[in-house]
Amino acid sequence: MPPRILEVRTKILKKNDEIARALRARFAEHGLFVINVVSSPGAGKTELLAQLMTMLREQGLRPAAVVGDLATENDALRLSASGCPAKQILTGSMCHLEADMVETALDGFDLDDFDILFIENVGNLVCPQSFDLGEDLRVLLFPCTEGEDKPLKYPTLINTCDLVLFAKMDIAEAVGFDTELARRNCAQARPGVAIIETSARAGVGIDALARTIVEKQKIKRREATNLV
Amino acid sequence: MKSVAGIRHLDHPYRTLTDGSVMHELSIATHLVAVATEALENAGETQPVTVVRIRVGALAGVVIEALEFAWDIATDCTRCAGARLEVERVPAAVRCAACHTETTVDGPLPFICAQCGQPAIDIVAGRELDLIALEVHDGPGPSAEECHATAHP
Repeated sequence: MPPRILEVRTKILKKNDEIARALRARFAEHGLFVINVVSSPGAGKTELLAQLMTMLREQGLRPAAVVGDLATENDALRLSASGCPAKQILTGSMCHLEADMVETALDGFDLDDFDILFIENVGNLVCPQSFDLGEDLRVLLFPCTEGEDKPLKYPTLINTCDLVLFAKMDIAEAVGFDTELARRNCAQARPGVAIIETSARAGVGIDALARTIVEKQKIKRREATNLV
Repeated sequence: MKSVAGIRHLDHPYRTLTDGSVMHELSIATHLVAVATEALENAGETQPVTVVRIRVGALAGVVIEALEFAWDIATDCTRCAGARLEVERVPAAVRCAACHTETTVDGPLPFICAQCGQPAIDIVAGRELDLIALEVHDGPGPSAEECHATAHP
């Protein structure tokens, strides 16, 4: 007997996309601007975010964070040092965050208490790409220690990012990082992508990053108001 | 692949893996089984699935070989157990903002217009990660109970 063909034509990650869409609507309803931060492990996401959140708080904003790791609550503790609420997501053996994990992590948070939510993804340059978390902005942290050709070796994740941060730039000279070459490589993997040079340790570029985020948040609010 | 140690099938089987080496292809395979099962239920289809056809873009960030490896694990004791995974690969394509030419990219890079040599930002293909169709066969297939008996004697 010949097989029967059942035409389906649906996205494999439909369920994740649906949860992400619901999250995005919920974030918009509460006027919350959400940033998904991705990088390889050890790129310095937590240190940079702790400083950024401290600065945003001093400017009168109310940031919060959820952070994904396979194990330990260390990063949530480090982020809490900024004086802002931070919650740990323990993924067990999962190499990336999915929308339902973010949804669960938000239990107990009153979203009206925040303006900006950072989602620090699990350190991984491949897997977080496919999983929409309902964010407004996807930011890639690219430390100079990884070499200028990282964007060419891992082009697919950077291709979904809205902003690239060169990180640990205080040691760029010591590790022989060619900034212009790195910029060209980023542009190849994601033509036109904005880049900010940062160093959490030297406190460089954090103010520029804070300004960019606040600007984008304002644009989102204006768009939301215009829609209403 | 039915007797892989340390794997149990709960709502999220990939979260019970104990070897610490989970790749996101296993997660994608698990999502695939879920959408396939939903499609079967919606169609009132009760027969076993023989082929699962999917489409994967070059920019989807999916290693097909890893997905194929994960497939046996993710389908174990599900409606898709024993089904063959057929993957259609879709190359990336970009459209030039200046001359509107569409260029098919060989591999994930580079995004350059073949006509005018300018960087092209507008991605028109390559991010696909879709379930296209299922093939089902009339005839008896393994029930979930039989499957469990084989997997965990």
